[in-house]
Amino acid sequence: MQSITVSAHPSVQYLLRIGDTCLILAQRLAEWCGHAPIVEEDIALTNMALDLVGQARAVLTRAGQLEGELGGTPHDEDQLAFLRDERDFRNCTLVELPRGDFAVTMLRNLAVAIFLELLWQRLEGSSDGELAAIAGKAVKEARYHREHAAGWVVRLGDGTEESATRLKAALELLWPYFAEIFEADAVDDEADAARLGPRWADLQGEWRAGFAAVLAPAGLSLPAERAFRSTGKSGRHSEHLGYVLAEMQNLQRSFPGGVW
Amino acid sequence: MIDAAFGTPLPVPPLRAAGSSRVEHAWAVLATVLDPEVPVVSVVDLGIVRAVIDAADALTVVVTPTYSGCPATEVIEASIVAALDDAGLGPTRIRMQRAPAWTSDWISDSGKAKLRGYGIVPPGPVDLAKGAPLRFVPRAVAALACPRCESKDTERLAAFGATACKALWRCRACGEPFEHFKSI
Repeated sequence: MQSITVSAHPSVQYLLRIGDTCLILAQRLAEWCGHAPIVEEDIALTNMALDLVGQARAVLTRAGQLEGELGGTPHDEDQLAFLRDERDFRNCTLVELPRGDFAVTMLRNLAVAIFLELLWQRLEGSSDGELAAIAGKAVKEARYHREHAAGWVVRLGDGTEESATRLKAALELLWPYFAEIFEADAVDDEADAARLGPRWADLQGEWRAGFAAVLAPAGLSLPAERAFRSTGKSGRHSEHLGYVLAEMQNLQRSFPGGVW
Repeated sequence: MIDAAFGTPLPVPPLRAAGSSRVEHAWAVLATVLDPEVPVVSVVDLGIVRAVIDAADALTVVVTPTYSGCPATEVIEASIVAALDDAGLGPTRIRMQRAPAWTSDWISDSGKAKLRGYGIVPPGPVDLAKGAPLRFVPRAVAALACPRCESKDTERLAAFGATACKALWRCRACGEPFEHFKSI
């Protein structure tokens, strides 16, 4: 099945960054189904995946409508999820990294949930009424996800020697990828100018304060800044995304329009 | 239709004005459409039906989803259309309205009583302060009364449960697990 070409308009790109970040993290969380350390967490991780898929569906639907409103070819949520190539995905590299152990998953969930809660709060005031409406619902879900992840990060960091060692290793592994979220660029600037949404760079201060506030009782602190920058938001991904997409898109690529 | 006094055409009137018996009948039918995941409360009890509009071409039911990813949404919409069609009130159209976002505060008192009778502790009022400054260090969750024995010696086992809208609890007094409809 042939891939679609998506509008390069900054407003569409901004929406794809949000929708794809939710969608790809949902895929990673769904991988835990049947594999989490205890059944309650198996259920929690897949519940959160479900919330994220719902948010992604709504935002991608809006992105595809906007393509049409801007004079291009409109697309629906399924076309955007299943028929785009890797280079056209706009998620932060962070969310496509392998799920790792439970500490990696929880620390990433915490970082993303704090960020998304801040983002959805700002998007409630978006000039795009549909995006504002999606945000009004999603902000409550992000808050619940953040509380869940914060509880586990503190428990792991303040738990046994083994759990603390694993959480520390997770922070070292993931830390270099957090910086990309807040890298300013033209897409961000134009979204801000159009009052579509905030510059993600402007959320960094609050994000750092919030993240550090959970790390402290977990016995950790924010590491030093590094020079490395991942580039998923502009479509240049790690080697991991292709495998996620292969699994997610295989059915629609092989049997276009297939349903059950 | 021509207005006799001024000779100007009037807009085509709706089949019946809002608040008419067709709308009232529709609300009565909707009160029998049950949530597929909690089949004791109706879509009206849950507060997800926001309005019923008697438009010229179709009866429009305005529905607000509970959770972004709630998999029951499509089943609920199909059940609403089927029930109204069966009652002879169709054609029916569903309009999805996201704003204002659904809150568990919209569950009716009778809905809450039905949840409790079914063994699910209903949601308390949403803590509006939660929307204010971010709190990062988790708070202890306030104890709920067990829906079976009323003991407050209970604990939350998991923040998530069998459906998007519920969390899992346990009563230490009677030893039974139970569910809590999340306040959101």
